[in-house]
Amino acid sequence: MNRKMLKNYIINLIVVALIYAGIKVLISAGVINRYYEGIIIFIMINIILATSLNLATGFLGQLTLGHAGFMAAGAYVSAITAIALKNSGMPNLLILIISLIAAAIVSALVGIAIGIPALRLRGDYLAIITLGFGEMIRVIINNLRGLTGGAQGLTGIPRIATFDNVFWVTALVILVLYRLTHSRQGRAIVSIREDEIAAEAVGVKTTYFKVLGFAIAAGFAGVGGGLYAHYLAFLDPKIFGFMRSVEILVIVVLGGMGSLTGSIFAAIILTILPEALRSFSDYRMLLYSFALVLMMIFRPIGMFGTKEFSWQGIYDRYKMLRDAVKRREKA
Amino acid sequence: MKKISIIMAMLLLVMAALAGCSGSSDTAATTAAGETTAAAAGETIKLGVIGPLTGEYSMYGTSVEEGAKLAAEEINAAGGINGSMVEIVAYDSKGDKTEAVNAYNRLRDQDGIVGLIGGTFSGETLSIKEIAVGDNMPVLTPTATNGEVTLNAPNVFRACYTDPYQGSTAAVFAAENLGATKAAVLYNIEDPYSEGLAEAFNEKFSALGTVTNFEGYTANDSDFKAVLTKIAESDPDVIFLPDYVAKVGIILSQIQELGLDVVAIGGDGWDGIEVDYADVAEGDYFANHYANTDEAPIVQNFISAYEAKWGKTPSALAALAYDSTYIMAQAIEKAGSTDADAIVAQLAATDGDYVTGHITFDENGDPVKSISMIQVVGGKHVLAAKVSAE
Repeated sequence: MNRKMLKNYIINLIVVALIYAGIKVLISAGVINRYYEGIIIFIMINIILATSLNLATGFLGQLTLGHAGFMAAGAYVSAITAIALKNSGMPNLLILIISLIAAAIVSALVGIAIGIPALRLRGDYLAIITLGFGEMIRVIINNLRGLTGGAQGLTGIPRIATFDNVFWVTALVILVLYRLTHSRQGRAIVSIREDEIAAEAVGVKTTYFKVLGFAIAAGFAGVGGGLYAHYLAFLDPKIFGFMRSVEILVIVVLGGMGSLTGSIFAAIILTILPEALRSFSDYRMLLYSFALVLMMIFRPIGMFGTKEFSWQGIYDRYKMLRDAVKRREKA
Repeated sequence: MKKISIIMAMLLLVMAALAGCSGSSDTAATTAAGETTAAAAGETIKLGVIGPLTGEYSMYGTSVEEGAKLAAEEINAAGGINGSMVEIVAYDSKGDKTEAVNAYNRLRDQDGIVGLIGGTFSGETLSIKEIAVGDNMPVLTPTATNGEVTLNAPNVFRACYTDPYQGSTAAVFAAENLGATKAAVLYNIEDPYSEGLAEAFNEKFSALGTVTNFEGYTANDSDFKAVLTKIAESDPDVIFLPDYVAKVGIILSQIQELGLDVVAIGGDGWDGIEVDYADVAEGDYFANHYANTDEAPIVQNFISAYEAKWGKTPSALAALAYDSTYIMAQAIEKAGSTDADAIVAQLAATDGDYVTGHITFDENGDPVKSISMIQVVGGKHVLAAKVSAE
């Protein structure tokens, strides 16, 4: 890690801490009431889901339509673990951490199990097979009635996801994904997206990296699902239908495939939008869809494309501008 | 140039979002402050409604909204609650749990509702439940039938009967009123409502007769001939079909095509079946919350008022929402304040005649009432019997 990168990380850490402190102050001052806090939590969960899907779809270049399936696996594993630990006298935070880790591991394993056969296919075929697997997970949950409550839903999940822990889990997920995409493994993953044959020719183990990327994406989707379960305190298989996968994919596409910061901004906008448009009642979904159509017409590569937003970048640009002005003044 | 226009568009979107968020926050502050004090005369009492007002299931949410609004209008015309006007604030959930939680949080914080008439579906009500218990919000759901909804939740009540109760009542009706000894069950394994009814029916009827078949299908199935042929072999007297109209209509049509000689029985999901499937449902029975041919003045007044206001025949969901709004309003009136504990205590003490029957609540907050079994005769509802499972 060179000095510039280190500086970058410190700046970002400070910004994240400032955002956290800012929101905390606003909450305690009563400006952010529990309605807004609830929306913020859903934003964070969507950020986790979108950034993790972005790893598979944006960075690895594999169009998957089954992300809700991994989310479901994580949500149920996390919920069942927490129900089992509920009366053990452990502090809530510890229960949450244990159940989220369990969720991540199981979802990642499911991701590997699905990834190995599925990733032999590409493009449309992969999209369809992941769609099928996503639905399969849902149907299995529906039929494991003794464990998951089946169609009746799972109740009695402890409500232990709060703003604080959701915020830091989200920050951690983003950090890990950012580090991963900017590491050697990350470059290997991106090279598969750019040209699979060329990547293989220069010695990138494509199958390994595809499954790796896919499993990590699935694992984090499980974490997102786990937080969802612990915020809602109720689960049923219908939550994780095909439309949920599409919603997450829309966030990724809108933010820009291959841009983590893009996914973050898109998750914020797309979670707030339907709520902000509530006052338009019946026309709400129409306006929401219209906003999406406009976006896709004017900027089909998404808000950020494959670029990342960074404070360093802004600073660099500012410096360039300043130098240019100086040069002109000299001339 | 293109870039600038995009940035402008994005900015506009964000601004619209922010404006939408901040616009109503000051009203929340005032109502929150006034919440603990007794409702001063003239102040509006807000009641929340949550349901799918858009999307696939919008007819259910809209019925609930319309029923509640009709009741509120009548209450206001009669002088309101202790002089305060009632206002119904209805939010769309699209039938989605996340949206329902957001809608509930918004009703509580931005609109400052005193009580909630909702959610419409069991799923959305269950996802709101834990939060509402924490808030001690008086909740009276008109239509959430899942058994779990009112358990361990002293502030949550419902106006409809539960799935298990409805299923067992249908079983009692089949055995005692229709004299059936053999019954088949065909239900949707992906739907909690359908599954809940099917299991309760199965359990109750097994004690009274024989359940010959207990078959499931999934939400997207549309060809039932194979399973119906299988059922036909065991020659049941009745077939129990606990699902909603769209699916039941298809099954009934296929029963007719195959020429099965069997009486079909259903749950309250059948409400409205006479509109599209009168011929195939002829002579069949279903459990409902009220019979629209009931001569009682309260029922006929409700139907004519609803038809006058909304220009259509009320569904059972509308009747339940109408009743719920009245029950909630009467509880607030008797409590004499908008204090949550007082309202919950008065809700628990509810005892009166409503469109959907005489209602009192048991210790869970479930209504104690008999079920109207309706027979479809010549495209009309005919009250066949009032049955209770006990």
